[in-house]
Amino acid sequence: MIAVVMGTLMSHWRKRPLQLVLLLLGLSLATALWSGVQAINAEARAAYADAAGLLARDRLDRLVGENEAPIAPARFAELRRAGWAVSPVVEGYHAPSGLSLVGIDPLTMPAGATPVGQDDGPGIAAVLAPEGLLIVNPQTADRLKDAELPPLFAVEGLPPMTAIGDIGLVQRLLDQPGLISHLVIDPDAPPGLMALAELAPELDRVSPEGDGDLARLTDSFHLNLTAFGALAFVVGLFIAHAVIGLVFEQRRATLRTLRALGVSMRVMVGMLLVELGLLALVAGIGGVALGYLVAAALLPDVAGSLRGLYGAEVSGTLSLRPGWVLAALGLTLAGTLAAAGIALWQSATMPVLAPAMPRAWARTSAKKLAWQGATGGLLLLLAGVLSLLDVGLVAAFALLASLLVGAALILPLAMSAIVTRFARQKGGPVRQWFWADTAQQVPGLSLALMALLLALVSNIGVGTMVASFRQTFTGWLDQRLASELYLNTRSSAETAAILDWVTPRVDAVLPIWSVSGTLNGLPGEVFGVADHATYRDNWPLLDAVPDVWDRVASGEVALVNEQLARRTDLAVGDQVALPGGSLPVGGIYSDYGNPKPQVLVGLALFDSRFPDVPHLRYGLRIAPEKAAALGQEITARYDLPAGSVIGQADIKAYSLDVFESTFAVTDALNILTLGVATVALFASLLTLAEMRLPQLAPLWALGLTRRRLAGIELVRIVVLAALVLILAIPLGLALAWALVARLNVAAFGWQLPMGLFPGDWLWLAVTALPAAALAALWPALRLARMPPAALLRMFANERG
Amino acid sequence: MLLTIRGLTKIYPTREGPLAVLRGVDLDLDRGESLALVGESGSGKSTLLHLAAGLDAADGGTIILDGADLADMTDSQRAALRRDKVGLIFQQFNLIPSLTAGANIAMQARLAGRNAPDWNDYLARAMGLADLLDRYPEELSGGQQQRVAIARALAARPALVLADEPTGNLDEANADAVLTLMLDLVAEAGAGLLLVTHSPRQAARLGRQVRLVMGRVQT
Amino acid sequence: MNAARRFVLAGLASAFAAPACAQGFAGLGAAANGFALPDPAGRFDFPSDHGAHDAFRIEWWYLTASLTGADGASYGIQWTLFRTALNPGGGDGWDSPTLWMGHAALTTATAHHVAERLARGGVGQAGVAAVPFQAWIDEWAMTSLAGPADDVLDRLSLTARGRDFGYDLILQATGPVVAHGKDGYSVKSRDGHASHYYSQPFYQVAGRINLPSGPVEVTGQGWLDREWSSQPLSDQQTGWDWLSLVLEDGTRLMGYRMRDTRGDYTSASWILPDGTLEALPEGALVMTPLRTARVADRDIPVDWQIDLPAKGLSITVTPLNDAAWMATTVPYWEGPVFATGTHPGRGYLEMTGY
Repeated sequence: MIAVVMGTLMSHWRKRPLQLVLLLLGLSLATALWSGVQAINAEARAAYADAAGLLARDRLDRLVGENEAPIAPARFAELRRAGWAVSPVVEGYHAPSGLSLVGIDPLTMPAGATPVGQDDGPGIAAVLAPEGLLIVNPQTADRLKDAELPPLFAVEGLPPMTAIGDIGLVQRLLDQPGLISHLVIDPDAPPGLMALAELAPELDRVSPEGDGDLARLTDSFHLNLTAFGALAFVVGLFIAHAVIGLVFEQRRATLRTLRALGVSMRVMVGMLLVELGLLALVAGIGGVALGYLVAAALLPDVAGSLRGLYGAEVSGTLSLRPGWVLAALGLTLAGTLAAAGIALWQSATMPVLAPAMPRAWARTSAKKLAWQGATGGLLLLLAGVLSLLDVGLVAAFALLASLLVGAALILPLAMSAIVTRFARQKGGPVRQWFWADTAQQVPGLSLALMALLLALVSNIGVGTMVASFRQTFTGWLDQRLASELYLNTRSSAETAAILDWVTPRVDAVLPIWSVSGTLNGLPGEVFGVADHATYRDNWPLLDAVPDVWDRVASGEVALVNEQLARRTDLAVGDQVALPGGSLPVGGIYSDYGNPKPQVLVGLALFDSRFPDVPHLRYGLRIAPEKAAALGQEITARYDLPAGSVIGQADIKAYSLDVFESTFAVTDALNILTLGVATVALFASLLTLAEMRLPQLAPLWALGLTRRRLAGIELVRIVVLAALVLILAIPLGLALAWALVARLNVAAFGWQLPMGLFPGDWLWLAVTALPAAALAALWPALRLARMPPAALLRMFANERG
Repeated sequence: MLLTIRGLTKIYPTREGPLAVLRGVDLDLDRGESLALVGESGSGKSTLLHLAAGLDAADGGTIILDGADLADMTDSQRAALRRDKVGLIFQQFNLIPSLTAGANIAMQARLAGRNAPDWNDYLARAMGLADLLDRYPEELSGGQQQRVAIARALAARPALVLADEPTGNLDEANADAVLTLMLDLVAEAGAGLLLVTHSPRQAARLGRQVRLVMGRVQT
Repeated sequence: MNAARRFVLAGLASAFAAPACAQGFAGLGAAANGFALPDPAGRFDFPSDHGAHDAFRIEWWYLTASLTGADGASYGIQWTLFRTALNPGGGDGWDSPTLWMGHAALTTATAHHVAERLARGGVGQAGVAAVPFQAWIDEWAMTSLAGPADDVLDRLSLTARGRDFGYDLILQATGPVVAHGKDGYSVKSRDGHASHYYSQPFYQVAGRINLPSGPVEVTGQGWLDREWSSQPLSDQQTGWDWLSLVLEDGTRLMGYRMRDTRGDYTSASWILPDGTLEALPEGALVMTPLRTARVADRDIPVDWQIDLPAKGLSITVTPLNDAAWMATTVPYWEGPVFATGTHPGRGYLEMTGY
């Protein structure tokens, strides 16, 4: 019996393969975008965990020099001989290969902190062998297989572009003999025979950072992606819901007949669940495959963003995690059940004797519409209240959610009101019928229109935010990157030599000295700035005391970046706690793209507080046309590694690259969401078309040609889409405001001025309206080509 | 006795208060017997038929079908009883649109687990459907659809055939032809037939007639 | 001899250096390419020979002591520093080819505490200086306290600690350093594999050991072995059983059995209290296992019958603790033993390759 019931249910899909395709498409798309985003997030999180786990950073105490100064080579043996189980680590960037090198001593490194000597890692002998080896992850090994490097040994679980090798080898590669960056302490060894403070007063013992750092910094970025994934998932479910609703409606009579023929309710509901499960499984597998492709396509850009924004190394290649596949399949199943919930419930509670007549499947009562509209209104009101508050990331997302959902819910009511207004206007009979019929159709199309609205609103909102950001960011880069050349040297001695030579050849030499430190309780950086017109003229101050640059130069006040000001609630005039004592805040400057707190102080003050900081970075002012030649000459003359002298244009290009790749993901998700919404519209129209034949047949009988009717149908959809677009613009701007003034502040710590970009709306209209027309085209064509007999049957056979 | 109905009552809630559709109906039907249930619209004929089929639960009285009291049964048990012992024919045909005529005919027999292709073929031939078995319901005329529905009801060799205005959607000539076929085949299958009709002419062709008036059997 | 010890050396070499595991126990059979070879005509030159011999591949400073506590209980300690070179050339700082491995142990009747330290040369974490003499790795050290007129090994301080034990001892020699084999040229196989080998077997020991239960004052007798070579084992030799005993009459006995796939090779030194050493020929010493114990999933012969007919010696050797297993990078058995029979005494037994 089960096979007979199942076969009967399935025979519906055989008769209507298009519905099957649409349903599977909707579910697959929903799963794909959501799981694609999840895959990206999982990849990034795994990379953060690898970074935190490198050398067991998340569990080993470290000894570090003040201001991250290198550790005197003799300290290691002195501490060991005093009974401290320390092990040396050298870290550095290897420019020729692009690797972050980590040099360790496998003989003293605490067990399990590196892959050396572990099951999948190399033996100590191989690490210590004269030719040595570098341990990297398999992707990095693959990428560097042709590089001129010591042999590579591939091990899973290392951060990308990071290599572990023997300390001697790494010191050679970095050309830094004897250098020790820091010492790690074996947690299982007994403490030393003397106190550390007596043995090495210049070293600080630092406890593990935990894995929170990168994960926390990047949280907001991933939250953004997740929000997009969720939006796409919801839009995809709209499609599934529309199709499932239609299918259940069309099969209502079949289900009744089956009941009458002796199939119990329990068996039937069970079979329906099995059927949905099978569909979800097929769609889920398709969605996972598609999601994998989406994630693989987007990941390189995401990796670029994370590297640029946070310095987080995430591999650009995706690995397939079984947990992710299962979660995606589970989600598809849950989504399918959610989309089918109402239809399933109706089928399960359907009285077997109710009149077995088809009714308009999606006909929503005016009462339901009103309820929905009222809920939407409440949500919009909530969004309004939330917009007045300024309370963090969760509230910002709540604001976005209530804005979007509220707008979607209120849409059908608003559309009905507008269309009904049109219907009341005088006009020819066809025109009158057009509006009246459109008004009747709004409830049936409401889900699809809501999906379209969501896609358009997020498109406008995010587009406005990105465009505003781009405008602000490029202007800010122009201000901030005032020097024509930026010089990075390897030692103070090298610096002195270069400066001697270069000073007479440039207009100004501007020191850019910095030191890491705790700023108002947060880890950040202190910069020393010279008293120079470059800063006075260009530095992007948001707020400042009068004569601020004089007072910075004299050491009276400090400048803080917007991030620090916002995170610790600083205003001009407040005291900011710095290493060496607090200073009044003389001004606040914008500092886009930097996640860390930052403070600027006068150069004299900086030098007196941090006399040991090596002087390695300088900005050089010179006539722009001479900059490139001078840069090349410095590099050649002092045999500097590539990247030691960077031109302003290169930094700008790099910064804009980071910017563009950050929002490439957003753009891609935006377009995909719009695509899904179009499919949703198509699904709704296709299903409606069938219902509408009885309504169209009389008009045909009254003398309207099928062509004309089809044309009217097409126009109707474009008109509805245009109305949605018009409504979407103010909502999109509201969304953009929420993103710029609330979410960005909460997530990144800076606020942007918001701009209006009507050109983008026009572009969206040029994209979205044809997309809607395309969605309506096929149902219209079918109508235009429908044999008259099919229309005639509406009279002969119509029982609606 | 195949079907014994005693004191059957059914009350529907309506906006104007409860409406007693059946007010104590007694009825008996044996195998091989055919009974026409006639009466005005709203007299309760269809309700009586639905209760007999176990499609709905009575508010009072008993229905004993082939020795089993429907009142004691769960939905699943009534469904099983219907599947195994009852053939239902509706005015709306109620064919499954996604299945061919042949598959529709075999449907109930397959549900009941006693599909007999030879018997199905015989029924189809007898109904004049032999050349139409691969067609879908939408490709059949009303008369053809109802003949498929009758064949489906008989394919599972039910003990009781319940038919609700089976020819109500057909023109007179078609209606007579379909009824003739149905009566012949029911007789051949040895089933009992309870047929609701408002046509005195059709009622006259059955073995017995019972008239319902205001929810009671008029004697 | 100490073939015994070389195995550990070898262990160091094989664990860290070359994939030579196929050649004899722990790689000790590896060819000596590029390193110096022991010279039968060579003579010791003290104090410089107390220091490291960088031309040779492997070398050790190996001290064992049988102790008695103020509580009357028996104890044993081991302190060893192994040197191995990855290649005969030099190299500075972190590029040094020299690796150091320290082993320390403290044995009681019921427990055996072990610690291991690893280091490379060139950065000061471990090393050996001849004058003033010190051998060290991390905070472990064997340091000369001898006066200017004495041999630097005559008086030593010795310290080591692990997670759950430690010791601080003073060692005072009561006799001279002795050379094994022929003037310190000690042969290990019939193929002529050999090492330079001398001992200071005459230490009186006093000091303190630290147990998990607290410190204990101890006294006893200690024995220092010094040996270096570049290829001390034949590739047919799978391990050895080595014994050092201080007999009650003041005589010292050192003997070993090299287990060889072609037949065992034994050797012994008979050392009189005045430091006169008699090297007994191959085969003079007979070592026969009497009882095995299950230690670290292996069957280890812990009780031995030792016969040296040339000296009328027939003794049974029994360990203080069967489970004196050194669970180090290269694992082996090393622990204090008691001798009973014709010549009672105390000493240390080492067994490798099981």
